[in-house]
This record gives sequence, C-alpha cells and structure tokens, in this order.
Amino acid sequence: MSLKLKALLKSPWVFHLSTGSCNNCDIETLDCLTPRFDIERFGMLLVGSIKHADVLLVSGSCNRMSVERMKELFEQVPKPCLVVAIGTCAGSRGIFKDSYNCPVPLDKIIPVDVYIPGCPPKPEAIIAGAVKLIEKVGSTL
Amino acid sequence: MTFVYLLVFGFAATAILGLITSWIDRKVTARVQYRVGPPFLQPVYDIVKLLGKETVIPAGASKVTFLIAPVIGISGVIAVATLFWVNQFFSEGFMGDWIVAIYLLAIPSLSIILGGFASRNPLASLGASREMKLVIAYELPFILAALVPVINSHSIRLSVIIDSQAGGVFAGNISGILALIVAILCVQAKLALVPFDIPEAETEIVEGPIVEYSGPGLAIFKLMKNMLFFTLPFFLIILFFGGLRFNGINILWTILEYVGIVAIITVIRNTNPRVRIDQAVRFFWGPMTLIAIVAVILASKGL
Repeated sequence: MSLKLKALLKSPWVFHLSTGSCNNCDIETLDCLTPRFDIERFGMLLVGSIKHADVLLVSGSCNRMSVERMKELFEQVPKPCLVVAIGTCAGSRGIFKDSYNCPVPLDKIIPVDVYIPGCPPKPEAIIAGAVKLIEKVGSTL
Repeated sequence: MTFVYLLVFGFAATAILGLITSWIDRKVTARVQYRVGPPFLQPVYDIVKLLGKETVIPAGASKVTFLIAPVIGISGVIAVATLFWVNQFFSEGFMGDWIVAIYLLAIPSLSIILGGFASRNPLASLGASREMKLVIAYELPFILAALVPVINSHSIRLSVIIDSQAGGVFAGNISGILALIVAILCVQAKLALVPFDIPEAETEIVEGPIVEYSGPGLAIFKLMKNMLFFTLPFFLIILFFGGLRFNGINILWTILEYVGIVAIITVIRNTNPRVRIDQAVRFFWGPMTLIAIVAVILASKGL
C-alpha cells in the first residue's frame, strides 16, 4: 500500500475536469504546464483519458448537468486516486452559492483532498496546492 | 541458457536502457521547450505507479483479448531484443536472422491494434485502424531500407552482417546513407512519435488504442514502448554501424552512434507538427519508397 502511494506521489498524472466553470481556472491550470512553471519537474503530466489519471482536478461550481458526468468519471478513475478542487467555485460555489442550478457543493458529492482557493488561483497557488497535496498524503504513509 | 538470455539481456538490460532512453527523450524535449524536465528516475516511478493501480475493464469489452494484448506486445519486444543481444555477443545456439527480426518487430504494433479493437471504445477503434494504415505505410520502405545491409554483406544472418562491417560500416556507402535516412523516418513511425503519432494523437483521439487501459496493462504498454525505443535504434546500429563495439575507443563511438540516433529522433519529434494519415501514407509510399529502391539498386551495384 505505501509503495503504491509513494510512487503515485512521484508521478501524479492529472485529469482536468470542468464542471461548469468560467474557464479562468482551466486557463490557469494549463499555465502550470508552460515553460515558466513546468509542473513536469514534479512528474506531473496532463492526460487526456480518465483511465490514465491519478489526480482529478475539478474546477467550476458543479451545476446540475455536469454533476452526473462528474460522478460517472469519478467512478471510472482507477483507484487509488486523489481529488483537487481548483478555484472558489469548486471549493464553496463562490458567487453561485444561492443559485438554483448549483444546489450542492463539490465536497458533499465526492471526497476532496485539497482545496486551492482563488478566482482564479494563480499558477503559483496551484503549484503550492500540489505540493501541499503531496505533503499531506506523504505524511499519512 | 536461453532463459538467462531472455531474462537478463532480453528483458532486464533492454528495459533499463529503454527507460534511460525515454528519460533522455523527455529531458531533451523539455530543454528544447526551455523547461527543466522530469528527474532521472521519472520513467521508473511511472511504471511502478501504474503497476499498483486498479485495472478497469470497460463494460462489453473482449476481456481476454483486452488483458492479453499488452503481454503479446512485450513478449515480441523481449524476443527481438534477445535476438539482437545474442547476435551481438555470442556465436552458438539459435541465432535467428534478419527475417525473424523484421517479423518480430511487427508484433508490438499488432498488439496495440489488438488491444485497441478489444477495448470497445470508438476512439480506440479509430486509433487502431489508423495504426493499421500506418503499419501498411511504413513496412514497405522499412523492409527495403533494411535490405541494403543484407545485399552488402550477402547474408541474412545478423552476426554476419555485424562481422562484415569490421572493415568499414555500411553507413559509409551512398546506399547505406540513403537507407539509413529512410530507416530513421520509419523508426519514427514505428515508435508512433510526432510527426507520425497519428494513431495516438493525444489532442485529437486521446491516446488512441490505449485510451481504455489502466494500471498494469498500461504499465506494460508503456514499458513496451520504452523498450522499443531502445531496440529499434539498436537494430539500426546493427544494420548500419556494425553493432555495439566495446573494445577501446570504439565504446565511445558506440555511445555516440546510439545517442546520435536517439537525438535525431527526438529533434524530429520536437520540430514537426502531426501529419494526417493520408499524408503519412503518401509520404512513405512515395518519396521514402523511391529513395529506398534507389538505395537497394545502388547496393546491388556495389556502391
């Protein structure tokens, strides 16, 4: 078990899922892969297929339409997997708190490991969140 | 003894060198893009992590074929790598020849096609059918180019091909240079790297045939790719540079040849956009086949 998680923390492959975000968080997430920030030095890769993913990056306010898809995708991730909520919307629904379309926050639907606040969070904040995730899961080994 | 060859040379040595090669590839790619790049052990972490993950079998997929396809692929690579190592170092037992090598080198592509069609995913089927077209496209020029050393050395035995280059390597002839250029581009397509990564175009049909693979299956496919990344340049070195040589100063030449071929492949991969499948077929059946035929004619004239 511990070797599994240790290796996972050395190469977390990331799947990026938007549940109705305004795309700012998505742009900032993609920023982390650019030469300026280069998240591949931690072994992180952005993968296109959910079956290859270890970390689910969720951005957006979880509206009614996308929650069904998100649950389906969460069931498809090969376990063990980690979930990161990016942005204020994913963390606490932000300005959509009282909206008819976003009844439940993300962490009431699937277990979230790390929250990265910000609207949108800076790439530095996302990298800090990734490091915190690695430290948090690493300390439980 | 055969078992030792298979495990020590075919699997262990090839896997280690293949993982190092894949790290070189990723690091050079990162440096070309002004990034830092992954740490040295990154390919090992990836494989270990994938081995520990859960295997998800898609509903309605052909279970046995889906699970056995990566194993078929890696067995093909292990067999062909063993063949090369044995021809390199030993002179007794089953030596195999050029035809066996060409035949075994087609197995990894076949296993990817098999796995893609077995996984019952539209993207995987699309990727598998593209892979099939790509195989049909590159096999003809690749075989013609690999025929040049056979004509030059008058033998299909790999050990004879290596020995007959003791005086001068085949890459020194005009026919050898032409054949080497064709062979490197075919290796690019065999490894499914940009510009010929049409089967697994990541931005288009997310990883293609291996889209449904997870856990150990994906780990074996990745390991197979990495081992192929060592085996194919090794084949080119045997055919055109007289094999790996470890006596005195020649060890430097061997490393230079190997790293040179890998660097050429990586630089081509980093400086080209992806082509369409029809463009790839036209490229391989048109100019590449013509150059390969010219090389074969020149070789039969003794040039």
